[in-house]
Amino acid sequence: MAPRAVSDGAPLLRLSGVGKRFSNAVTALEGLDMEVRQGEFVSLLGPSGCGKSTALRLIAGLTEPSGGRLDWGADEMARRAREPHAIGFVFQEPTLMPWASVFGNVHLPLKLDGIGRREAEPAILEALELVGLAGFRDAYPRELSGGMKMRVSIARALVTKPRLLLMDEPFAALDEITRFKLNNDLLEVWRRLRCTIVFVTHSVFESVYLSSRILVFRARPGRVSAELVIDPDQPRDETFRTSPEYAGLCRETSLALARAMDAT
Amino acid sequence: MSTSPLRWLLPLGVMAALVLAWALAVKLNNLPPYVLPAPDTVLETLIKDRAVLFASMLVTLRTTLIALALAVAGGVALALLFASARIVEFSLFPIAVILQVTPVIAVAPLMLIYLSTDTAVLVCAWIVAFFPVLSNTTLGLNSVDPNLRDLFRLSGATRWQTLAQLKLPTALPYFLGGLRIAGGLALIGAVVGEIAAGSAGQGSGLAFRIVESAYRLNIPRLFAALILISLTGILIYAALSLLSWLVLRRWHESELGGRT
Repeated sequence: MAPRAVSDGAPLLRLSGVGKRFSNAVTALEGLDMEVRQGEFVSLLGPSGCGKSTALRLIAGLTEPSGGRLDWGADEMARRAREPHAIGFVFQEPTLMPWASVFGNVHLPLKLDGIGRREAEPAILEALELVGLAGFRDAYPRELSGGMKMRVSIARALVTKPRLLLMDEPFAALDEITRFKLNNDLLEVWRRLRCTIVFVTHSVFESVYLSSRILVFRARPGRVSAELVIDPDQPRDETFRTSPEYAGLCRETSLALARAMDAT
Repeated sequence: MSTSPLRWLLPLGVMAALVLAWALAVKLNNLPPYVLPAPDTVLETLIKDRAVLFASMLVTLRTTLIALALAVAGGVALALLFASARIVEFSLFPIAVILQVTPVIAVAPLMLIYLSTDTAVLVCAWIVAFFPVLSNTTLGLNSVDPNLRDLFRLSGATRWQTLAQLKLPTALPYFLGGLRIAGGLALIGAVVGEIAAGSAGQGSGLAFRIVESAYRLNIPRLFAALILISLTGILIYAALSLLSWLVLRRWHESELGGRT
């Protein structure tokens, strides 16, 4: 097995007292304190409407906080993570351009950066290889299954070799079999690229299986209500998925989630 | 059903039955050609007068296509302007609606006063073809997937890149739908313009031939001209459908025909 991604604990970014109020007076986040560390796989777990997706969009810079601060770490790694294209974003829907082939869709971030087809080809093929879609470069999104579309979407996020991968419930719409498969593939990608992943989910089982750390969110207003650390050295495979430790961690996480929901 | 020969044979059969009924009605009732000509008389006239009629068809077709081209240019340009600033859309859209809802036949006499005959006919065709292009393209430009828009923002796309690589491809199927409607309407506008002009004793398009034939009670030629107008409309519709299929066949639901 490939060596696991190093989580040296240095902060990549920190949100302090972040609030977000939308123009329709809905308060999505209030007093949110959280930290993302370099090389970790952190899940944001919570009920719908707890502002976890908003937190992700704030980190991506797609929306501005209405209060509080977002600080990036001071060292070289954190600086590199802020460079253009160093952030990959995967949406809940595959969000592919229906008029472009798989190759064209994965090419997009590089194309927008002025990198032509031929020059980008090695990076595109590598990203497709990484998600197991090497043979589908000329297919169109319509011709692919839901799971394959999501793979294309992940390949598109990986093609710029991001330091930080933000994923907003990427597997929520997929069936369980496809989901398990993609969970394993995502962990493999994480180990190989040694990037940092922030993963939004509302599935306790998924968050425990994938993460090295889970932040449990409560709603109205959204903020972090609990933190769980899972040994990153623990191999994640089918043995783990059926182990008593996994069941125990899931129970613990479920309880934390239940407390978070009672608090609202 | 889609591959069955019945799909072609049934509509053809219905058409043939209608023509046969027409021929029988003329024969059994002994109708004179100036009341209702038999189909074969119409066909004969079509062949006999082909020089005049086809020349007129080309005139009408030319007016229609120029009007359509101008409607596409104007409609797309204005839609782009609308998409760039909401304030422009609010300010100008009512005028576009007024142009659309005022019957072109009522505007035509005015056009004929101010403009030369050819230009007036062209403007009539343009007015009716313009609106579907404008409204469909505007709808398309406003239908961009918000997630894709975010993705373009994250990738640092310029305004121009977002327009060329996101908004225009999104709007394409809507635009092509509008174009198909505009094609038929441009022909109607051209015919209306020609009729308005023809009654003033000018013009040489198919609609003018119809007015002229009616005055002279040359009913077979009137029918022949009418058939040619229908044919022109079918031709335009078929050409635009083919264009739409060629552009969208790889990716858009409307042209995939149930393939998934």
